[in-house]
Amino acid sequence: MATRPESRRERVRMAVLLSPSAFWLTVFFLAPLVLVFAISFGQRGTYGGVEWILSLQSYRRFLDSLYLRIFARTIAIALATTVICLLIGYPLAYFMATRPPRWRNVLVLLLMVPFWTNFLIRTYAWLFILRDQGLINMLWTGPVHQVLVRAARALPFAGLGAFADATIAPLQLFGTDGAIIVGLVYGWLPDMVLPCYASIERLDFSLVEAGQDLYANRLQSFLRVIVPLTLPGIVAGSVLVFIPSLGAYVTPDLLGGAKSIMIGNVIYSQFMSARDYPFGSAVSFVLMTVMLVGTLIYFRSGRD
Amino acid sequence: MTKTAVQLRGVSKHFGSVTAVKDVSLTIRDGEFFSLLGPSGCGKTTTLRLIAGFELPDKGEVFIGDELQGEKPPYKRPVNTVFQNYALFPHMRVGENVAFGLQMRNVPKDETRRRVSEALEMVQLPGMESRKPDQLSGGQQQRVALARALVNEPKVLLLDEPLGALDMKLRKAMQLELKNLQERVGITFIYVTHDQEEALTMSDRIAVMKGGRIHQVDEPQRVYERPMNRFVADFIGDTNFLVGVVKAAGRGTATVTVDGELTLRLPVERIPGPSEEVTIAIRPEKISLHGEPPQGPGVPGIVEEVIYVGTETHYIVRVTQKTTMFIREQNVNPHTDVTFPQGTRVHLGWQPEAARVLTGKE
Repeated sequence: MATRPESRRERVRMAVLLSPSAFWLTVFFLAPLVLVFAISFGQRGTYGGVEWILSLQSYRRFLDSLYLRIFARTIAIALATTVICLLIGYPLAYFMATRPPRWRNVLVLLLMVPFWTNFLIRTYAWLFILRDQGLINMLWTGPVHQVLVRAARALPFAGLGAFADATIAPLQLFGTDGAIIVGLVYGWLPDMVLPCYASIERLDFSLVEAGQDLYANRLQSFLRVIVPLTLPGIVAGSVLVFIPSLGAYVTPDLLGGAKSIMIGNVIYSQFMSARDYPFGSAVSFVLMTVMLVGTLIYFRSGRD
Repeated sequence: MTKTAVQLRGVSKHFGSVTAVKDVSLTIRDGEFFSLLGPSGCGKTTTLRLIAGFELPDKGEVFIGDELQGEKPPYKRPVNTVFQNYALFPHMRVGENVAFGLQMRNVPKDETRRRVSEALEMVQLPGMESRKPDQLSGGQQQRVALARALVNEPKVLLLDEPLGALDMKLRKAMQLELKNLQERVGITFIYVTHDQEEALTMSDRIAVMKGGRIHQVDEPQRVYERPMNRFVADFIGDTNFLVGVVKAAGRGTATVTVDGELTLRLPVERIPGPSEEVTIAIRPEKISLHGEPPQGPGVPGIVEEVIYVGTETHYIVRVTQKTTMFIREQNVNPHTDVTFPQGTRVHLGWQPEAARVLTGKE
């Protein structure tokens, strides 16, 4: 047991050392959060602003099928993004982590290089790839179309002609949920790769050999040994992709066009154009609660 | 006729520019406790991994039983491995670890449960199924690794320095236990170790390896008593080496001069050529000290150092200007005085067969 004066000194030192971050979190995180929480129970003033009348009106409005649909779509898009990131990111991380050590850092660096460019610009670049006159559709209506037309003339397959006709019109890529998912996957892929890479790199490969020695074929040793042992990386990566995807605003705004919006855009428009602070706050809080609960459940399921 | 458990025919394996295993041929008999012994980097672990299928040979063939393994992956080979660091699955309980191999081969649940508990009993860890590997001591983990391999009833069990991580006392106990276990289950054990004493204690036969090649395959006693070359003699136990030149040779004996000072007549297995350089190897415990020239072979010398170590007294005796010899005398009599103190003139004697004449460079 420490003596009284010493433990007090210890406590004082602790308080002094923690005070900057405590101050920061209180002023810039906790206080605004409380404010937002309070506002969510207020009412919109006639000319914007908040009238401090306690009401559940904003939360009731959220239960409107329009917003629930957007919210459900947001969750679906975020889930799809997470799954696709995992399907692309895990094999990539596995490949990187199993290269000779001197190559690994180079590969990690290469993974990061595109992200030295501003996020907005990179997302905007997808616009030029996906839109009707974009890169993909230029190829689609250009060379692909011509090859198919020629092939349809030369070969007597009925389907080929119909397929060639279909390539006259550009593909509807821009302004779809698919475009948003492409943008989100592109944006958050490194957040999936890096935690997976870290846990795969730490994996003791003699355990994989032990699995194969005990008659587990490649798939079985992957599912029974490699996946469970790298689960912490998979969980961390999924959370790191899912959370920002759920709250995404820039990507759906740029790539979703007018047709496809996510909950982040709803919050934005409530604060910036509709000037309905209580409703924007309420939606923010619902979103935060869902993120928190979802993350907790996910982490718990990842543990044994 | 005894059956063959494992056979290697002219097997070589390279890693980049390094040759790990060079033209190794070996026949391991059914039910044998066979050790691969050698210093680190000698290719013993690679040889084991070639049998397990973790590596594929660049040249040569590996047979298990009568079956050519070719490029078969590890999970299709009828062998199991006990890994150096045990490689127990940390995310599974002991029972799940041991059951793993049976599950992969779709053994029915009831049978799996029964065999797992039998295997744990066999390694003296009954009822430990629900523990996690990190709750076990090193020795217990070792036993689980053994149970996990043996439960599959493999044709051959491969062990890669399995006792390396244990402390001395536990190691000795496990050596005996492993040997007993092997005799009980009758499975062929191929055991990789760098510890010569371990190999001598447990093995039916030992292959001594260095630089990717096998230098000698023999029973422990023959490896120790009749080493084929200087490396084997040096690696296993202590040996005095006298480098000499052949003066005359014929009819199973050779006359050898050491440092131009000593002349010895020695029995030889292969008659060396005249003026050939040879090494005479004599084990320190096979030399006795005398005040007078003894019957049979021997050399005179002067005691340089006396070291009393309890069970034995060690002497270092100068026999030529350049060469000293190391002698171990068992302290049989309860006397306290050293019979041959420092500076005494003595005569070293040994049985004629105790001195081995080794030819060749290694």
